[in-house]
Amino acid sequence: MADVALRKVVKRYDDVEAVRGIDLDIADHEFIVLVGPSGCGKSTTLRMIAGLEDISDGDIMIGGDVVNDVPPKDRDIAMVFQNYALYPHMTVAENMSFGLRLKHYPKAEIKARVTEAARLLDITDLIDRKPKQLSGGQRQRVAMGRAIVRNPKVFLFDEPLSNLDAKLRVQMRIEIKKVHQKVRTTTVYVTHDQVEAMTLADRVVVMNKGRIEQIGTPNELYHKPATRFVAGFIGSPAMNFIPCRLEDVGGTLQLRLTDRIAFALPPARAARYNALPRTDKLLLGIRPEHLTESHAHLGPGVETFDTVLDVTEPMGMETLVYFGLDGTPVCGRVDPNAGATDGAPMRLAMDLNNMHLLNEETGIVL
Amino acid sequence: MADVVVEQGQAVRAARARKPTSLRNVLGRKSTVAFFLTLPLILLIALLVLYPAVYSVHLATLNKSMQKFVGFGNFLFLFKRDTFWMVVKQSCIFAVTAVFFKALIGFIVAHFVHNIPAKGQRKWRGMLLVPWVIPPAMSTLAWLWLFDPSYSAFNYTLSFFGIGPINWLGDNVWARFSVILVNIWYGAPFFMIMYLAALKSVPDQLYEAAAIDGANWWQKIWYVTLPMMRNIIAITALFSLIVTFANFDIVRILTSGGPLDQTHIFATWAFKVGIEGSDIPLGASVSLFMVPILAVAAIFILRDVSKRGNEA
Amino acid sequence: MSTLAIDKAGPSRKVKYGSMSRDRAWALRWSYFFLVLFAIFFLTPPIYMLITSLKSSAEISAATNPWWVFHPTLSNYVELLTSNQFLRFFWNSSIVSLAVVLVTMLISVPAAFALARMKFWGSATLATGVFLTYLIPDSLLFIPLFKMLAMVQELTGITLLNRWYVLLFIYPTLTVPFCTWIMIGYFASIPKELDEAALIDGASWLQTLTRIFIPVALPGLIAATIFAFTVSWAQFLYPLVFTTSVDQLVLPVGITTTLIKGDVFNWGQIMTGALLGAAPPLIIYAFLMDYYIAGLTAGATKG
Repeated sequence: MADVALRKVVKRYDDVEAVRGIDLDIADHEFIVLVGPSGCGKSTTLRMIAGLEDISDGDIMIGGDVVNDVPPKDRDIAMVFQNYALYPHMTVAENMSFGLRLKHYPKAEIKARVTEAARLLDITDLIDRKPKQLSGGQRQRVAMGRAIVRNPKVFLFDEPLSNLDAKLRVQMRIEIKKVHQKVRTTTVYVTHDQVEAMTLADRVVVMNKGRIEQIGTPNELYHKPATRFVAGFIGSPAMNFIPCRLEDVGGTLQLRLTDRIAFALPPARAARYNALPRTDKLLLGIRPEHLTESHAHLGPGVETFDTVLDVTEPMGMETLVYFGLDGTPVCGRVDPNAGATDGAPMRLAMDLNNMHLLNEETGIVL
Repeated sequence: MADVVVEQGQAVRAARARKPTSLRNVLGRKSTVAFFLTLPLILLIALLVLYPAVYSVHLATLNKSMQKFVGFGNFLFLFKRDTFWMVVKQSCIFAVTAVFFKALIGFIVAHFVHNIPAKGQRKWRGMLLVPWVIPPAMSTLAWLWLFDPSYSAFNYTLSFFGIGPINWLGDNVWARFSVILVNIWYGAPFFMIMYLAALKSVPDQLYEAAAIDGANWWQKIWYVTLPMMRNIIAITALFSLIVTFANFDIVRILTSGGPLDQTHIFATWAFKVGIEGSDIPLGASVSLFMVPILAVAAIFILRDVSKRGNEA
Repeated sequence: MSTLAIDKAGPSRKVKYGSMSRDRAWALRWSYFFLVLFAIFFLTPPIYMLITSLKSSAEISAATNPWWVFHPTLSNYVELLTSNQFLRFFWNSSIVSLAVVLVTMLISVPAAFALARMKFWGSATLATGVFLTYLIPDSLLFIPLFKMLAMVQELTGITLLNRWYVLLFIYPTLTVPFCTWIMIGYFASIPKELDEAALIDGASWLQTLTRIFIPVALPGLIAATIFAFTVSWAQFLYPLVFTTSVDQLVLPVGITTTLIKGDVFNWGQIMTGALLGAAPPLIIYAFLMDYYIAGLTAGATKG
C-alpha cells in the first residue's frame, strides 16, 4: 500500500503535448478516478504511472520513491486493461499466478493467494478454465484477480468496463467497489464514463486537453464545478448553459435571460454576483432537475416562466422536456404527471438557489 | 503474512536500486535486446544473401580463370551469342505464358471450389493442392516418365484418338510446351489457394446487394469479385512471375535445356555454363540478367504489400 | 409511380426465384464437372507414380496399358528401402531438413518478435529488407555462393564443398526471410495489452517472448515450421551444385542423379523413389493441411 504523487508530469509525442503538467496527490487507500473525453490524456497519465510510457518531464512518486526510470515490473503495481489482456493459452489460475511465478514465490504461497483472490471475486469454479471459455464479466473478474494476487502497492484500471454491456457494467462497478472496500489498495481508475467516475471514486480528477480541470469528491464536482467543462461533463442529462446578463432594476440585481424573461436573484446570490461588471457576457448554468414544473408551493428563489415545449421524453420516474430560450436548447425534468406534451405550452419553475453563473469567455464558474 | 512478503519485495528493490550496474542497464535496454534478437537475421542476410549478390556482380567482371578483370567483357560476349538471345526469349515466353495460365486456371478452379457446398470444399481444396505439395524435382520425374519417348503414357492414350505419337521432349516446339505445361501444373494450385482465400474474404452481402441490383453471374465477377481481389491477384501473379522466371528444377529435370538449348532459361543455362562448364564468371553474368525483371516485380509487390499495410 | 414499380417487380421476382434455384443447380453440376476434370489433371502425375512403382521392370517394358497394374509387386519398395544408398539419401535429407527447421526458428522467431514489438532504429527498413530477401531466388545466388564456399575452403582448410552440412548454412537463406515475415504478421496480431500485462507482471522481454508470444502464436509457428521443412526437403538446386559424392546427396538430387544413369532408366525404381521422396511433405500436408495453407496464404495476407 502506498500513496502516489505526480509532480508537473508532462508527456510529449514529438511536438504534441498529450499531458501538460499534471500535479496530483493520491493518498494511501484512496480510490481516484481520472475521467475525461477521449484524447484528454487520462490513459497516458495512467500508463505513465504504470511505467508503460516514459515521462517527458516531471516526477512520479510511488510510496515516496521517485519511479521515473523504474521499469513497470519493479514499481509494484498491477493493471487491469480494457480488453482484459488475459493470456489466452493459460488457465484462469495460471493467468492469476503468472506474475508470482515469474518472481519465484513458493508454490504454496501462490496457491493460497490465488484461492483467496478467486474466493473474493467468486470465480473459484472457473479456476481451471481458459479465457476463451469465459464470458466478458468473468474475464473482467479474472483480470482483477490477476491484479489482486500480486498484492501490489497500486491498482491501475484502464477503462476496465468499456467492453461490457450496460447491465453488466453496473454490476461490475459495484463489484469493483466491494473489492476495493475489502483490499483497500490505492487505486487509479481511468474511464470516459462520468457515471462510473461518480459512483466509484473517493475523488474524481476531471481532465481535458492534457490538463486537470478539477479535482474533488463526486459531490463537490456535481454541486460546485469550477469550470464550464466540468459543469457540462458531470451529470446526465448535462447542465444547461443559457446566455444571460446582469441588470440593476430598482436596487435589485436581475438576471435577464431573454427579452421576456428576467428573474430577481435571491439575496445570497445577488450579494455574490454584485461586484461583477454588468457588461460581461455571462452564462447561466442550471441543471435539468432545477427546471421543474411549476406548482403552488414554490420556495424562495424559485422563479416561474412560460414556454412552449419542443419535445418530451418520458423516462418513467420523470419526464425530460426540451424547449428553446432565444434559440438556446434547454432541458428540464418534470414530474411524469405534470402533463407535459410535445408542442404544448407549459409553465416551468427555475430554482435559482442552485444556479451557476459562468464567464462565457473564460468558462470559469463565478 | 502478505505484508511480510511485500516488505521482502521492497528490500530486494532497495538493494537493486542501490547498486545500479551500468552493464545491466545497457543489456536490459529495449534497443539492445532488440539488436541481439535480430543480429542472427542480419548476419544471415548480410553474409549469405547480400554479400553473394554483390559478389556475383564482381564475378561477372572476371575472365574464365578469374585472374583478370574484363569489365563488361562477359556481357559483350553474351550479346554476340545466339544462344543467349534464345535463352532471353525462352525465359520470357516461359514465365509470362506459365504465369498467365496459372493465374487463369487458379482463378477458375478457385471459383468452382467456392461454388460447391462448404462441407465439400475442404476435400476438393486438399486434393487440388497436391501438385504444390510434392517437391517439384520429384513430380517432374513423373512427368518425365509420362512424356517418355518409347513408353509414353500420354502417347499410348492419344493413340486411341488417332493422334501422335508426339515427341514431347525431343521436338523443340513440344518441348517448350511441355516445360510450360509442367510449370502450370505445379503452380496453378498455389494461385487457387490464394484466390480461394481472397474469395472467402469478400462479404456475402456484396453479392446479395449486387443480385438485388440485378447483376448476373458474369457482372458479379466483373464488378464485385475482381475489384475486391485485385490486390491479391496482383501480388500472387508478381510473386509467381519471380519464382517462375527463376525456375530451375522443372526445366533441368525435364529437358536439361534441350533439345539444342531450345528450352534453356536463365537459371538452367547459368548452371550449364557456370557449374558444368566451369566458367563461373560467365554463369554469374547470365544469372545477373534476371535481376532487372525480378527488381521490377519486387518493387510492385512491395508497393502493394505496403499499401495493404497502410489500409490495415 | 412507386406502386407501378412494385406491380412490375411482384410477378417477375417469382419467376426469377424459380430460375435462380435452377441456375444454381446447373452451376453446381458444371462446377463438379470441371472440378473432376481439373482433379484428373492435377492428380495424374502422382497417381501415375504410384501405378509405376507397383510394376516390375518386365511389365513396364511390355507394351501393355500403362495406366493399369496387371501384376502388382512391392519389389521396387523392398529394393529401395534395403538399399544403403537410398537410405543414406533419406537420412541426409531428414537431418538437413530438421536441422534447418531448428536453425530457421532460432533465427526468425526472436527477430520477428523484435521487429513486431520493439520499435527500434531501422526496424521498419529491416522488416522490408527481410521481405525483399525472400524474393531473391536461389538461381541468382548459387554461383557466387559456390565460389564463396570454395574460397572459404581454401582460406580456412575446412571442407565445405561436397559436404551435406554446408546446406545447413545455405538453406536458411531460403527459409528464414519468409518465416520471419509471417511470424511478424502473427506477432503483430497479438494485442499490445498482452505484452504490457506481461511487462507489469514482471516478465523480461525474453520471458514475454517464450512464455506469452510463442504459445499464443503457436499456429503461426507451426505454419512457419511446415514451410521451412517442406522448402528444405524440396530444395534441388543448392545440393545439386554444392554436393556431388553419392554419400553426401539429399533425396531429390540423389534420385535424379543416381537412379538415372546413362540411357538405362529404371522407371519402376525412379517412381518409387520419387514417391518416397514426396511422402514426408505429403504426410505433413495430410495431417496439418490447415496450418500448411495458413502458412501459404499468410505471406500475402499478413503484414
